[in-house]
Amino acid sequence: MSAPVLSVNHARKQFGGLVAVNDVSFEVREGEVIGLIGPNGSGKTTMLNLISGALAPTGGEIRLAGERISGLAAHQIARKGVARTFQLVRVLPSLNAEQNVMAGAVFGHRKLWGHEAQELARSLLDLVGLAGRGQMPVSALTYIDQKRVELARALAADPRVLLLDEWLAGLNPSELQIGIALIEKLGREGRTIIMVEHVMDAIRSLCGRCVVMNTGRKIAEGDVEDVLSDPEVVRAYLGDDDDA
Amino acid sequence: MSGFLSDLRSEEKRSLAIGAVIVAVAALLPFFDQGFYLSISVNIMLYAALCTAWSLFSGPTHYVSLATAAFYGLGTYSVGLGIDILPYPVLLLIAASVGAVVAGLVGAMTLRISGVYFVIFTFGLAEFVRQLVTWTQTKFATAMGLYVFTDFMEQHIYWMLLALTAVVFLTGFLINRSRLGFAMTVIGNDETVARHVGIDTARAKIILFMVSGAFIAIAGAITAPRYTYIEPPSAFNPMISFLVVIMALLGGTRRLWGPLVGVIPFTIMMDIISSRFPNHTSIVIGLAFFAIVYLLPDGVTGRLEQLRAKFRARKAGDHAPAIAEKQA
Amino acid sequence: MNILVTGILLSGTYALIALGLTLQYGVARIMNLGNGETLVAACFVAFWLYTGLAINPLLGLLLIAPTAFVINWAIYAVALQPLVKRAKNRGQLESDSILATFGLLFLLQGLMLLAFGGEYRSYTFLAERFDIFGYSYGLNRVVAFVAAAIIAAALWFFLYRTRQGTALRAVAVDPNSANLVAIDVARTAAFAFALGGAVTACGGALLSTFYTFNASMGVVFTMKALIIVIMGGVGDLRGAILAAIILGVSETLVASLIDPGLTMAATYGLFILVLLFRPQGIFGRASS
Repeated sequence: MSAPVLSVNHARKQFGGLVAVNDVSFEVREGEVIGLIGPNGSGKTTMLNLISGALAPTGGEIRLAGERISGLAAHQIARKGVARTFQLVRVLPSLNAEQNVMAGAVFGHRKLWGHEAQELARSLLDLVGLAGRGQMPVSALTYIDQKRVELARALAADPRVLLLDEWLAGLNPSELQIGIALIEKLGREGRTIIMVEHVMDAIRSLCGRCVVMNTGRKIAEGDVEDVLSDPEVVRAYLGDDDDA
Repeated sequence: MSGFLSDLRSEEKRSLAIGAVIVAVAALLPFFDQGFYLSISVNIMLYAALCTAWSLFSGPTHYVSLATAAFYGLGTYSVGLGIDILPYPVLLLIAASVGAVVAGLVGAMTLRISGVYFVIFTFGLAEFVRQLVTWTQTKFATAMGLYVFTDFMEQHIYWMLLALTAVVFLTGFLINRSRLGFAMTVIGNDETVARHVGIDTARAKIILFMVSGAFIAIAGAITAPRYTYIEPPSAFNPMISFLVVIMALLGGTRRLWGPLVGVIPFTIMMDIISSRFPNHTSIVIGLAFFAIVYLLPDGVTGRLEQLRAKFRARKAGDHAPAIAEKQA
Repeated sequence: MNILVTGILLSGTYALIALGLTLQYGVARIMNLGNGETLVAACFVAFWLYTGLAINPLLGLLLIAPTAFVINWAIYAVALQPLVKRAKNRGQLESDSILATFGLLFLLQGLMLLAFGGEYRSYTFLAERFDIFGYSYGLNRVVAFVAAAIIAAALWFFLYRTRQGTALRAVAVDPNSANLVAIDVARTAAFAFALGGAVTACGGALLSTFYTFNASMGVVFTMKALIIVIMGGVGDLRGAILAAIILGVSETLVASLIDPGLTMAATYGLFILVLLFRPQGIFGRASS
């Protein structure tokens, strides 16, 4: 039983009167692909923001491989090995695809530069299916291609934990298949991934475990099938048409 | 360093070569004229150094620094206070250090918060420093000003400013090729992404500001002998800050040599206006700011590049069918 | 004690210019660096009304305030609204408006220098002694303070007890949400900008009753107003007033006890303290 690579202990985030994350605890072991699901507004993205350091928790703590990261600045957490994609894709518009990916490798714990960083960027672009497109200005790429660049950039940091914020959202069925295959490959290679998703097919096929949130609280955790047949989870989603 | 020259791309080698030629040609000026043209060239060279150093920071960050007069005055005073005590090169070093330290303090206090706080703080910084310096002068010295007597003549100051400008350009060139330059590019594109790939955005900005402040202080130190008598209102003249902003923004900060495009015509124009229409200088400066905001947001160089891109796109459109709109 | 009261009297006018700037920055999101020029212009107009037409400056307010309102509305509509429309994000609007209002600063200052020259001017109005707690002060300062307090109270009443005022506050908090509840954000912003200019102008007119002014002093007052606004917490009225009082008293303290030439140092000292220990200001909301 390996020690958890990420542990969230009683995390809490409050904005004035609104409690977006309320006493949430869970662990992620190395190599796991965890789904973080729940209806809209349940606090999933806020939870990711707490892990990545975009927000500081109002209470509780978060540890990466035993070391406390909650309360650190985002860049410090990134250097310790947390990388993410964003709900609305954030690429660096004035750069080409290769430079976008390099950005992930240059400043993290790898500290690559020059040819090394370029080589890594090219191989990652190959991995995500953008072989040979490194010189294209990233603003000229399609939405899914930009998402791939963003994923490559996150991988360039060689993170201990990869956070995917609805990375499969907005994809048509064939793109979705390709996307799911890509994440599956990453999982097989041993990447530790936390994915926030609404696409239930993806959760079923990719995730070993699931954490379900609703209105800021964790309401269920465990095997994907068990969790999805939990009556409280069903109730939380009632009225939510969430088929892919 | 041996691999450095071979790592340069051909266009970068060309830029360096062109720069070296321009510096060599410019250095010849004092042999041709020692009067009016040299004098105005000293002004041009001073503002070339100031504006390029200013753009090192304010270009990538888009934060308008008004601290120029403060750094300049501190540099001038470093020479003014130490000219009889320490050798001149040491004074230049001291000026650079003072500039860097003050920039570091200001940056550390304001850049972690927001750009607006930074602008506001630098807005009154020169005035603040001036008051402190004036007060210490009245308390610890008999007169308000300092006498600076050196053997430096106009051409020596010209050459030193030319050397400084060349060093500022070289520094800018090196920064652009470095990780710091890449970090600033990422920050300029998307600061959230910058933080999430591990860039300490505040530290990067502060370091850049310190480099900029050090160079501006050196410029002040170099021009100190020109005054002969240094007193706070002229050393810490806030107009220096505003003029640097205008010239750099009119020229454009997207390119390292952009500010130069603004410096040369504007220095000449201000010289004419302050001698012929001295009561109208404020109005001209006000209009210059309007021109920057409404007509030339990226400066002259930015506007020219826009036109060039449009021209190219139109030419390409003549030969190929319209490219479908890519989704952003 | 003497220092305290003198400082408080001075802070009345500081408060007005700070309130004017708070309205312009908090609601219209324009960092108006030319605000001080409105103050100075009002000084000159009050001067001219009193010395030329023998109109009491307090009555002159009735003329100066609406005129400043109209002129500032025009400035916003012509010069600043295009910037609001074209700005893609708040950061860009801030840097654009800083540059544009610099232009305003120099243009207005240049025009005033041309029209009035650079000399210092003052006039005597209610220069008799007025005793408070055994110390005597100029009656003009006391009257100016009282008038400033009345104007500030009226402003508070407007913002917190009327519909229009509440709309202003809504836009200051969140323009997008304000839009959703049928508030005309553009018009409200213009109104706030104009109102801010009028309040500042009142401050200027009152200032001229006891302060020697000249055409170039606008920048100093803008600087102080900016620092007061930040100290008090951007967009907060009570904060601006409290910060104005703190600044007025500190300045007077430093000027009386240490050296009159260190007023800027006092102001900056306070600014640095705020930046180091409470950057959101006294009443500001800490951002996460």
